[in-house]
Amino acid sequence: MTPDIVLWLAQDGITNGAIYALLALALLLVFSVTRVIFVPQGEFISYAALSLALLQSGQVPGVVYVLVAGGLVAAALDLARAIRLRDFSALPTALAGYVAFPCAMAALAWWAAPLKLALAWQVLIVMGLVVPLGPIVYRIAFRPLANASVLVLFIAAIAAHYTLQGLGLVFFGGEGLRSAAFSDARFALGVVQASAQSLLVILASIAVMLVLWLFFGRSIYGKALRATAVNRIGARLVGIRAELAGGISFLLAAFIGTLSGILIGPITTIYYDTGFIIGLKGFVGAILGGMASYPLAVAGSIALGLLESYVSFWSSAFKETIVFLVIIPPLVWLSLRSRHVEEEEEE
Amino acid sequence: MKAKFTVVALAAAICAGLAGAAQAEIVVGVSLGITGPGASLGVHYRNAYQLMPKTLGGEPVRYVILDDASDPTNAAKNARKLISEDKADVLMGSNGVPSAVQMAQAAAEARIPMMVLTPANLTGNTLHWSFIVPQTTELMMGAIAQKLKAQGVKTVGYIGYTDTWGDIVYKAIQSHAAEGGYKIVTDERYARSDTSVTGQILRLMSTNPDAIVIGGSGTGAALPHVTLVERGYKKGIYHNHGTVNAEFIKVGGKAVNGAVAVTGPLVVPEELPDNHPAKKVSLDFTKRYEAAFGAGTRNAFAGYAYDGMLLLDAAAPAALKKARPGTAEFREAMRASLEGVKNVVGTHGVYNMDAKTHNGLDERARVVVQVENGAWHYMK
Repeated sequence: MTPDIVLWLAQDGITNGAIYALLALALLLVFSVTRVIFVPQGEFISYAALSLALLQSGQVPGVVYVLVAGGLVAAALDLARAIRLRDFSALPTALAGYVAFPCAMAALAWWAAPLKLALAWQVLIVMGLVVPLGPIVYRIAFRPLANASVLVLFIAAIAAHYTLQGLGLVFFGGEGLRSAAFSDARFALGVVQASAQSLLVILASIAVMLVLWLFFGRSIYGKALRATAVNRIGARLVGIRAELAGGISFLLAAFIGTLSGILIGPITTIYYDTGFIIGLKGFVGAILGGMASYPLAVAGSIALGLLESYVSFWSSAFKETIVFLVIIPPLVWLSLRSRHVEEEEEE
Repeated sequence: MKAKFTVVALAAAICAGLAGAAQAEIVVGVSLGITGPGASLGVHYRNAYQLMPKTLGGEPVRYVILDDASDPTNAAKNARKLISEDKADVLMGSNGVPSAVQMAQAAAEARIPMMVLTPANLTGNTLHWSFIVPQTTELMMGAIAQKLKAQGVKTVGYIGYTDTWGDIVYKAIQSHAAEGGYKIVTDERYARSDTSVTGQILRLMSTNPDAIVIGGSGTGAALPHVTLVERGYKKGIYHNHGTVNAEFIKVGGKAVNGAVAVTGPLVVPEELPDNHPAKKVSLDFTKRYEAAFGAGTRNAFAGYAYDGMLLLDAAAPAALKKARPGTAEFREAMRASLEGVKNVVGTHGVYNMDAKTHNGLDERARVVVQVENGAWHYMK
């Protein structure tokens, strides 16, 4: 192992680690606010990367059907609730968010696909198509269960994962796609050549982390999310709606997943089921960070990326085994440290 | 009175069932993964049945096609259903190796000949009743070994899937190492869903092999190839037959220009030399397939279903002389007759069935192709 190989592997590991870190943040955010272990996080990666690749080849991504149909189901749930409670005040907002916006995005995608617009526009369209799925998934699968136990929420998350992955197979097909690189430029960093794409991944990850930090530290919605994460009942008592906090956290998670998919699409071949494995590694990263602290989750994810990179050099056949094996020590430590208090909140 | 009649009818039905009622037509039971993860291949297989002739050996034929959703358990269920309810004389299927193995076991239990449409490894009594239509991986990788020898390659780096396919291709290329005069120096593995193979590629290149063989399939084989090119690997990169499709080139882009792979003649029928024995059948089938399903839809998989039918067609006359379809005697006669078919020209080559391997294809069933200007082309 020569020094330049060490550096090459480090570059590769940090690029992948940056993606895992983003996903770890999203998982941690959703878990702390809603207690949902968000298994379908990875699906947003696949959906975004495949949608971008299809738009680049001038096709309408099948995700438009998922978006419009999902929006209609969510709106129907809200309508049923409004009729039951005889309170129609929130309905116009729900219809705008769940029906009007998805339909507008779908129409835009139909119109824009054959035109092969500039990359920036395509990225925006993919964002508009995939990110709304976050709140829609929350509305359909998790909001009705908001007070259920962590286990029930986890089972619902698995169900949502299988549904979204199955829809991915239907609409994107079994073969993989790779989107065009944002830039083919390469920079010499000492003996190592860094591709512009990897630098973009790392810079975008740092930017997202900064924005999240500002959001949670400065904005009222960010503070509301933090309050909900610290104490759900307390947050409700001071007037923070748990439903709103849940919706925002899923929106952020979907945004992070979509961004990760757009960033990673040109680096590797993405299949309908690739996102799940990437999301799972983000989960491992979050666990390495103790599933509680954001900076530790980022550090854990970067460490995981580096570990993966070096293991793939030394013993590629055992790569996944070793990568998933490292979560056992932190889990043992966490379970030994926990005080075995049922944390279920009774309403 | 009515009850009595029912009993009589039932008894007659049971007797007929025991004796195996003769049918006026040959029934071919087919199970394919038309949906599920294997659907991208299964649909091609299914399409081929729309181009099948209406007779086998002059006898009318009926194809019963069921979908196993790419699930081996369903394939086994379908096989039993085809045998007991549809009274199939022959089984055909499926597009996944595990599904095909399940069907072959059910066929052997019921003593029904089975045309296996994937390169499954079968032995013993299961192989006794089964005939494997596609080329074996050893046969295919033999062509790559010849290319390596012709290029004077001494060391070969290998990178393949971390699953069974990666193992099968590795063993196949290893089995030709002595005759090809090369040595395999690395055995690296990756998963189709990996986001990066940089580590494996750096390891491969640190041994500086004369050539690299990739044991992936379809678009999954593009990632190591692209990474090798990005890292500046200039020597030959060779692929197996699982990689040859248009999507591989679409995903790999310019980086996979020059990729060499082995495949069946059906992929490039127009470019085959005129004296290639399979050219006529292959070209004919491709034209009919593309006329029915659109230009550019050609693929190797539909040809396996078609070749299976050609083998049945060649074996049927001798079997029909001995017994009528729908009887156990006919099924046994079909099996014996299939075992002896000679010089059946299919879309993939010339079949001379032998009792030991039940495959019957030889070197004529493989061609070496290369990516040039965004398409696979015949390589002399």
